[in-house]
Amino acid sequence: MWSYAARRVLFVIPTLFGVSIIMFFLLFVAPGDPLVTLLPPDAGAEKKAELAKKMGLDKPIIVQYGVWLQNAVQGDLGRSIQRGTPVFSEVMGALKNTVLLAAVAALLSITAGAVLGTIAAFNQGRWVDKLASAIAITGLSLPNYWVAILLIILFSVTLQWLPAQGMNTIGGSGSGVVDVMRHMVIPVVALMMISVGIITRMMRASVLEVLNQEYVTALRAKGLMPFNVMLHVVKNAAPPVITVVGLDFGYLVGGSILVEAVVNWPGAGGLLNLAIQQRDIMVIQGTVLILASSFVFLNLIVDIFNTIIDPRIRRT
Amino acid sequence: MRDAITQPQPAETGFAAEALAAKPISHWKLAWWRLRRDKVTLVAAVLLVLIILAALLAPVISPHDPNLASYNGNIVNRIAPIGAPEHLLGTDEQGRDMLSRLLWGGRMTLLAGVLPVFVASVLGSLLGITAGFIGGRLNMLLMRFNDMFYAFPFILLAIAISGALGPGLNNTLIALSLVFTPPIARVAESVTTSVRSMDFVESARASGSGDLAIIRYHIVSNVVGPIIVYASTLVGVSIIAAAGLSFLGLGVSPPSAEWGIMLNTLRQSIYIDPWVPALPGMMIFLTSMSFNLVSDGMRDALDVRL
Repeated sequence: MWSYAARRVLFVIPTLFGVSIIMFFLLFVAPGDPLVTLLPPDAGAEKKAELAKKMGLDKPIIVQYGVWLQNAVQGDLGRSIQRGTPVFSEVMGALKNTVLLAAVAALLSITAGAVLGTIAAFNQGRWVDKLASAIAITGLSLPNYWVAILLIILFSVTLQWLPAQGMNTIGGSGSGVVDVMRHMVIPVVALMMISVGIITRMMRASVLEVLNQEYVTALRAKGLMPFNVMLHVVKNAAPPVITVVGLDFGYLVGGSILVEAVVNWPGAGGLLNLAIQQRDIMVIQGTVLILASSFVFLNLIVDIFNTIIDPRIRRT
Repeated sequence: MRDAITQPQPAETGFAAEALAAKPISHWKLAWWRLRRDKVTLVAAVLLVLIILAALLAPVISPHDPNLASYNGNIVNRIAPIGAPEHLLGTDEQGRDMLSRLLWGGRMTLLAGVLPVFVASVLGSLLGITAGFIGGRLNMLLMRFNDMFYAFPFILLAIAISGALGPGLNNTLIALSLVFTPPIARVAESVTTSVRSMDFVESARASGSGDLAIIRYHIVSNVVGPIIVYASTLVGVSIIAAAGLSFLGLGVSPPSAEWGIMLNTLRQSIYIDPWVPALPGMMIFLTSMSFNLVSDGMRDALDVRL
């Protein structure tokens, strides 16, 4: 167990290197001179020289990467081109709002997907199975940004039940938690769609595979109640699905960028969206770097958690 | 083996019984036979063909100029509801005919969604086959390089690359092609690695075939099936992502019609008419759904496990 965990933790280092290399080169795929791209249009020659020195532009590219990485590890991701604020603190401030959305969406969609997938597998070929598969493929095909717009049309414009924009009612009174929860409904439901589709399909396939094994027949033969058989099956079907959950959370955060743009959610997606409009490449780079790094750590946690509940994984 | 179970019964098929007895049905024929009886897939395929035809024929069948705006009056007067006279699907916030824009927009969205998957399939296959066939350290190196991209949720990476390159259809195409190449390379590599050590490759080598001949006749023919199936699962995702990038303002520039950007610009108009703004998203959904259903059907028909 511990040796597996140690190896898995070590594996994070090259992965993070990979992430940082790709994000570093983002500055160079941007068209034009980085000094022009990275500074406000009105920056003088003095500022240019200062930035060139800081980035080490006169040195070989590998040295530049080293300087950049050293700063990044210390939490210095540069400053926003538009606002001049440190990128790191801006992203960190926004990240918690995105994580809130993604975590609630993940929790709900994993529950819904696991239940739907299990029911479908236990009723293979019947109408419940077909219905679950239809829900799954619909979820996979729905653009979440469109779902958010549809929900706004239905619940905000037509029925006027839910707020359409933001995270808090401006100038609102009363308890903040309920207010935030009301604002969360539309983005969370929009985000959930794809995730429910993925988890339902995974869970169904995984449960079906376990159901075909002989020990399930043995459990049934010895007269175990159907519900208890299901517990055995679900427990053994869970690990591959849990692996997907880690990936899924990443997709939720990624998808959240589009949904946040629709509902003006003050999260990392909103920040990224603004940065795209303003061509603020430092903010784009910093946001994606932090999001991708958290994704790497999340997958680490998921993998280690998986070995705790399923000892078979340790030996592979 | 597994074909024996799913082999069609003579009474149910159009195949002559003696043909069945004489030789086994080819893989592709069997796949086609399975596909023909899958009604959901067939309906989705017909819908898909219609969507593609509508996009291809847009210059011929679209009733109005998609970019012809009417600047008469305010925005409320410019938007016509679905079913308005002259404009079957209404008009958008600039008074442009929605039906025509949806037809023209389909060309862009389909191009931006399908082309990257195609490019990535070719690039990824080349990379994966090379790495898998040569094996050893080079394989290890190429695949570890490949793995770097797995650390990103794909849409995030696509947005980052596209955002760095700046707006434009070409940049969207580049970003999406780059994002889809690594997973395809991984599939190609794993199939190549498993095929390379099989007996028939050994015997081909023993009978004097060179590397290129082996790749051409034995490896590629085995890699094509899984790649087609895997790539087809990506098209639905790619359509949503391409329209999403353009929704963020990273795709084609206005006034060009494209479903993602249409959805974005119409977003402000939901208070005037809620249904016209929903149309571009409906098209993205229907297209993505048809691709996904056809892809599922193909996977079942070709009996590929990924």
